[in-house]
Amino acid sequence: MSLADSKPGPGLDLGLGWLRRGRTRRHILPGLGLSLGITLFVLSLIVFLPTAAMVGDAATLGVGGLIRLLATSRVLGAFKVSLGCAALAALTSAVFGLLIAWVLVRTRFPFRRLADAMVDLPFALPTSVAGIALSTLYAPNGWLGSWLAPYGIRVSFTVIGVYVALTFVGLPFVVRSVQPVLQDLEAEQEEAAHMLGAGRLQIFSRVIFPAILPSLTAGFAMAFARGLGEYGSVIFISSNKPGVSEIVPLLIVNELEQFDFAGAAAIGTLMLVLSLVILCVIMLLQRLVRSSRHG
Amino acid sequence: MQMASAKCVGLRRQGGVVNVIMITVALLFMVLFLLLPLITVFAQAFAGGISGYVASIVDPNTLSAIWLTLIVAAVALVVNVVFGLAASWCLARFRFPGRLALLTVLDLPFSVSPVVAGLMLVLLYGRQGWLGPWLEAHNLKIIFALPGMMIATIFVTLPFIARELIPLMEEQGADEEEAAILLGASGWQMFWRITIPKLRWGLLYGVLLSNARAMGEFGAVSVVSGNILGLTDTMSLDVKALYDGYNIVGSFAVASLLASLALVTLIAKTVLERQFLGRSTKEEVSA
Repeated sequence: MSLADSKPGPGLDLGLGWLRRGRTRRHILPGLGLSLGITLFVLSLIVFLPTAAMVGDAATLGVGGLIRLLATSRVLGAFKVSLGCAALAALTSAVFGLLIAWVLVRTRFPFRRLADAMVDLPFALPTSVAGIALSTLYAPNGWLGSWLAPYGIRVSFTVIGVYVALTFVGLPFVVRSVQPVLQDLEAEQEEAAHMLGAGRLQIFSRVIFPAILPSLTAGFAMAFARGLGEYGSVIFISSNKPGVSEIVPLLIVNELEQFDFAGAAAIGTLMLVLSLVILCVIMLLQRLVRSSRHG
Repeated sequence: MQMASAKCVGLRRQGGVVNVIMITVALLFMVLFLLLPLITVFAQAFAGGISGYVASIVDPNTLSAIWLTLIVAAVALVVNVVFGLAASWCLARFRFPGRLALLTVLDLPFSVSPVVAGLMLVLLYGRQGWLGPWLEAHNLKIIFALPGMMIATIFVTLPFIARELIPLMEEQGADEEEAAILLGASGWQMFWRITIPKLRWGLLYGVLLSNARAMGEFGAVSVVSGNILGLTDTMSLDVKALYDGYNIVGSFAVASLLASLALVTLIAKTVLERQFLGRSTKEEVSA
């Protein structure tokens, strides 16, 4: 999850530290030219040029055209569904992910290691497989759907299905973000709090929770980002009705199928900007997590 | 370590009932959200008995989807290994202006929607795309063909290996590599004799994760594939094609193969983490 782990911060990379350390290393180790060349070549063909093509195509609409397109009720509806469901699902993942991480780190029970390994299932299971499985499970005649049907709750083929699918894909992000921090927590503070007469709830809310909050927020942000872009698992369980349960990625696919390239590019660019913003938030949070873990 | 376990016992005694409730709720959630979907896949796949299952697998369309998946994954793997080694070498061993920007860009494929990834490729390599006229003039077809699916798969799996190797390389330090060079080894000698052996488990770990994603990728590949049954269907696309055609058993049969791959990946990942990367032991010591 973490990049540039042992680096003190961005300032040093570009400032004096770079000069001081780079100078000795650069002369000894070979291969900077070749490895940087390969990296930039592959990134250009696969990331840079395609991104430029999309942003360029979106730009052909002009500012007025962009605003007109994004203000249509279908586009607004899709963003409302995607943002709303991704936020709710990430919130659910945060609550239960924290609970699962806690239980895995702080308690012992049979099959704990199996449960630990199972957490990564949504990472490993292809999204289309997750999609048909969840859809079947929550269909009115499915194992879980038939339980909910008498109460008038329909999950598959409604917007609730979108929420369920996004919770599924988001869960591991929270668990894997919180778990190592929880593992690293020093016992002293909790023991001190205990000695000073704090109850369990107080210890959790005053000592533990503040310490894990950055990692929990980072996990939430990662689950949210993933949920916003998720496509495969959602399209099977959602009714995909425009304005009601149509998510943004599906809207992009629909635009593309109608050969509206500029429209698809515009919505895609907005999604890209959103991802970049969330990515920056995540990186800042992870830096906060690292500095508190090592400091 | 001792103190940690003592504390665990203490806390456990302190709130036995609370702990039992928390474990129950957590496990219930995991069963509902993780285990049941997995069981559903296998239950539905075998709904038509073993013969129905086998018949679905040996269907020519399914076999060609399996074959196509393997080809796409193999190509993605080669590119990912070369790229992963190159990117981690320059990003972990050198400091240069723009390094931080490159590190951020490296994360982009993980955070951008697979559909947006596919869209970007269509807009660049498609017939109406920027490179479309040039590709057509040279009789190259990328979108709605195999190369496009390979590129889409590479896009979504690109960061896996580098992200595994960069922290590992930084943690290991460059002393041995510097010594090799100072003692007169050539660059490639150093690479094959020192860098690769030191990285091998981390590399395998990255390969494992990127392969699981490569074989299962759906969104990005579906946008660039054109969905020509039997021609441009990977397994994960085949799952949708069969499902949409109301061949539920067939769809879940293919899905069960992918789910098995996911389970194997999870097991191998756990083993690698515990045995060779020393992750859980390190964490337990520091806890």
